[in-house]
Amino acid sequence: MDTGTIMEQVKVQIAVANAQELLQRMTDKCFKKCIGKPGGTLDNSEQKCIAMCMDRYMDAWNTVSRAYNSRLQRERARI
Amino acid sequence: MDGFDINSSEKADASELQRMIAIEQQKAQFQAQVHNFTDVCWDKCMEGSPSSKLDSRTETCLVSCVDRFIDTTLSITNRFTQMVQKGAH
Repeated sequence: MDTGTIMEQVKVQIAVANAQELLQRMTDKCFKKCIGKPGGTLDNSEQKCIAMCMDRYMDAWNTVSRAYNSRLQRERARI
Repeated sequence: MDGFDINSSEKADASELQRMIAIEQQKAQFQAQVHNFTDVCWDKCMEGSPSSKLDSRTETCLVSCVDRFIDTTLSITNRFTQMVQKGAH
């Protein structure tokens, strides 16, 4: 197997694991935010809340990612 | 001669692969940290029901949260090191 193919597989595996982590944490947070006492189904307001919560979670993730990256660069500049 | 050439080019491939995998691992570690920070800082900063966008107050909170969490980690590490050096458990 050549280097290129191996690296492709490594990157894909890492991306899949990352997506799984994101979904698991997002589900946890959005369930807590949006579902009060669990009913017989997810009603309309709960569905809308979940959709907005997902968007906000990804916004938050991106904000945190930028903030962490900036901090790392600042720390490296000090060394 | 041929065997020697094949050996050294295989070794070059293997160490190049190691180098590239190490880079991906570093990226993955960064992402794992972002997941952790987002988890903690969501609880600290997101009030009430989800809104249609992140307002600037929430954005500022998230950024501060990341920095303060890192500061806390450094603070604890430093103090703990001192405690250990003094012989505390």
